[in-house]
Amino acid sequence: MDIIHDSRLEFHNPDERTLDIVLAADWHLRDGIVAIEYVEQQLSAYPGITTIRIRENRITHWDTSLPVFITRLLAFCDKTGLALETSGLPDGVQKLLNMARSIPAATLTSRTNAAQGFFEQIGNMTLLMAHGMPQTMRFIGEIIMSFVRLATGKAQFRPGDLLLLIQQVGPNALPIVSLVSFLVGLILAYMGAAQLERVGVQIYITDLVSIGMVREIGALMTGIIMAGRTGAAFAAELGTMQVNEEIDAYKTLGISTVDFLVMPRILALVMMIPLLTLYAGLVGTLAGMVIGITVFDITLFEYWQQTLRALELKQFWVGIFKGTVYGIVIAVSGCLRGIQCGRSAQAVGEATTSAVVTSIVYIVLTASAMTIVFYKLDI
Amino acid sequence: MLAASATQYMEKAGAHITVSDLTMAYGDFVIQRDLNFTVNHGDIFIIMGGSGCGKTTLLKNLIGLKIPSKGDVWFDNINFWKSPEQQQEEIKRRFGVLFQGGALWSSLTLAENVGLPLEEYTDLGPAEIREVVSFKLALVGLAGYEEFYPSEMSGGMRKRGSLARAIALDPEILFFDEPSAGLDPPSSRRMDELILEIRDSLKTTIVVVTHELDSILRIGNNSVFLDAETRTMIASGDPKQLRESSPEPGVRDFLGGHARE
Repeated sequence: MDIIHDSRLEFHNPDERTLDIVLAADWHLRDGIVAIEYVEQQLSAYPGITTIRIRENRITHWDTSLPVFITRLLAFCDKTGLALETSGLPDGVQKLLNMARSIPAATLTSRTNAAQGFFEQIGNMTLLMAHGMPQTMRFIGEIIMSFVRLATGKAQFRPGDLLLLIQQVGPNALPIVSLVSFLVGLILAYMGAAQLERVGVQIYITDLVSIGMVREIGALMTGIIMAGRTGAAFAAELGTMQVNEEIDAYKTLGISTVDFLVMPRILALVMMIPLLTLYAGLVGTLAGMVIGITVFDITLFEYWQQTLRALELKQFWVGIFKGTVYGIVIAVSGCLRGIQCGRSAQAVGEATTSAVVTSIVYIVLTASAMTIVFYKLDI
Repeated sequence: MLAASATQYMEKAGAHITVSDLTMAYGDFVIQRDLNFTVNHGDIFIIMGGSGCGKTTLLKNLIGLKIPSKGDVWFDNINFWKSPEQQQEEIKRRFGVLFQGGALWSSLTLAENVGLPLEEYTDLGPAEIREVVSFKLALVGLAGYEEFYPSEMSGGMRKRGSLARAIALDPEILFFDEPSAGLDPPSSRRMDELILEIRDSLKTTIVVVTHELDSILRIGNNSVFLDAETRTMIASGDPKQLRESSPEPGVRDFLGGHARE
């Protein structure tokens, strides 16, 4: 067998029973940790050895790689029953080893890190949902109670906060709502024109765009924008407050977090989202008008008349109703996920993601349900 | 070079960090002005002063998180704030920092927290990193807690875990921001002992921001005292001597010494 070498270790055999290890050269962590195999090789070459002595003669530099190697050696000697004399080690190393040994290792294991099997995961998810359902119901119940208190003037919250929230949720969202609804209106106009031009009734672009935007798409786009913008913000804000123990501080003061934090947010969004929906519908209709006039040769007067004919008041009411439902869904999911948030940065991320996903899923579900119901009721 | 050398720093005794004419401000609001002091190799240097005097801001200036409005910070003979960014990064790798709340990364286990600097800046394999991490955790008394997440540990444990991360790369200089804040007296004493043991065994230069009187007198051998009112330093030197003989009554009072007429 070839004898391999490491410049950091030298071996001497003063007698048959003793192996002296001389530590030499530089011990840098970046060069890796000296393998225990070098010592094993020496031992197999001289089978009579019972004691290993460490002598530091020519060491010029050391860092953690040295005590870690000595820890390896100690473990190896423990296993093989050899005696180890470490008195020749540098003082600092001896001190570090003593420090490391001064507190025995804990034999606990982490609670969350246990690897989960497939069925265990399914089971845990089921349990989580089973626990989550009543929690959500209780939360919704608390919100309803909070609005009852608001109606009777007993809710504890700061009106100033509400105004600030209204500003953040409403006016500050106008640019993005304008952009998206204008472009969606434009897309609708082109899409409709492609079909309607074939039968020469471009004028019905007007009906398609105005009814589509005001009744359905304005509300839907506003809902999705607000889920990403405001629902996420609610979850992140309340989640961070949970991490910083701010929620606990409210609780210990006896202030209801639902009254103080959740209700104003829901109120702000429910007050603003009908206006935003209406606005989105009008901007979308305007986009249709711009395209109709400039691209498809409809006159302004024609477009205007046709729009007035198409848009009955009920289209507005349906749009606003839908928008309001989406607003409630977004605000409740955002606040619920925020309040349920764990106490770490990762948990805030999860809460935000979950708030947006929950909002969008429920927006689409309620949108479908309402569309079918309105169709059946012929509204 | 990443690692501190046991033999090298024994030979060196001179200045390790030199602060000259340092002025710190937030906009127009001056926190502290005209600071001049030197931290020597192997010192345990205390930055002290009452609440709100700018201790933590000074620390941020030293560790490269905040640019001073005026003045220089020298590490050995390199002017930190006048160096190119690349060199600043290299200098920063010679530091270990223990933040006030621990600042362990919450999505990583304790072992991953301590192992991350080793993964990034050494060529060690996963098995070797595990060994080094276990050793560092044993040093701070957290052997066996490798797989725990920060959220599962107490405040004191998080702080010690953070210390293990700070010493992962055997830094030349360790900075501590309020190491004993929020710890009970025995844990606080244990933290002080750890600081002393790390200095004695690894010969690390240590800078501590604190206002804990016991700690200051137990571990410090050099210090600077920042005054909130005059917004500059009003004393420097060995805290034990300052307590007895500082000409500033405010400093003696702070350190619990006897007021002289």
